[in-house]
Amino acid sequence: MTPNLLLSGADGVDFMIHGIFKYSLFGHEVWITTSHVCLLIVVVCLLIFFFVGGQVFKHAKAVPGYFQCALEFAVEFLDGITEGAMGAKGKGFRNYIGTLFIFILFSNISGLLGLRPPTADYGVTLPLGLITFSLIRINEVRFNSPWAIWKDKCSPLPPWLPIWLPINIIGDCAVPVSLSLRLFANILSGTVMMALVYGLLSKIAYAWPAALHVYFDLFSGAIQTYVFCMLTVTYIGSAIGDNEETVFQRLFKKKNTEKTA
Amino acid sequence: MEFNENFILGCSAIGAGLAVIAGIGPGVGQGIAAGYGASAVGRNPGAQGKIMSTMLLGQAVAETTGLYGLLIAMLLLFVKPFTN
Repeated sequence: MTPNLLLSGADGVDFMIHGIFKYSLFGHEVWITTSHVCLLIVVVCLLIFFFVGGQVFKHAKAVPGYFQCALEFAVEFLDGITEGAMGAKGKGFRNYIGTLFIFILFSNISGLLGLRPPTADYGVTLPLGLITFSLIRINEVRFNSPWAIWKDKCSPLPPWLPIWLPINIIGDCAVPVSLSLRLFANILSGTVMMALVYGLLSKIAYAWPAALHVYFDLFSGAIQTYVFCMLTVTYIGSAIGDNEETVFQRLFKKKNTEKTA
Repeated sequence: MEFNENFILGCSAIGAGLAVIAGIGPGVGQGIAAGYGASAVGRNPGAQGKIMSTMLLGQAVAETTGLYGLLIAMLLLFVKPFTN
């Protein structure tokens, strides 16, 4: 018997991830869990949404209807996030940021529909953080010369004294962890709260938990989505710096000017 | 040394309670951010949208430390890492 001190007498409290189907992969026991299923449902909903949206835009009208209006507003808003923080350089990142935003938003508010939000699983948010991390580092290398990166990594001290280097590297590696943990913990805390309300107060939990849903699922979810995307954009923008062209473009240009001269 | 499982669970509950004290810091920080946001809106009501988004971004970042404490508390209570 394992006594569960806090939740004794509350059988309905349940916010854990459950395994559904077990299989073995190269000798490891691997589970298909409820978060896979919720993720699949969210992705299918997104696919249907995008298909309908694509059809609407294919037959776009000069005087837009409600749905077209909403879509245009959403696209403008998503482009505004990137271009507000990165300027003209943000053009190439609009696709990623837009996809990220819509995916995280739909995942977060899927708690309204009775699903367990997929973003309340660290296995979903950590990959998102790692994608952001690799984007930051790849763009840093693309837009900055190795010497500039080295100088930046030793930044408070002069470049010939790399005492600050390990601290800067640890700070860089903490970015994906803090990004993913922030999203995960926020959504998980909302999920736990709602599970506690429904589990412990199940006798009187009629209608009024809707107000809690508005806060924990809609408000908190939307804010965290916005924060995740804004931080991603800010980190990528600061990694690029003030450079307008990639390192290759600059090298190529220099050679060309030498030839013509 | 072997400990009784109930003893470990009780200590875990105390530890979880202590970990959630981390919520004080973000509370103070978010309050300060909201106060300065309100005074900024008072000085420049036209820039309300931008002030709002900047404030929310800063608050969400400040919230992270409190959430780490919450995560530790949840790990102690529900994952029970110190029991067998």
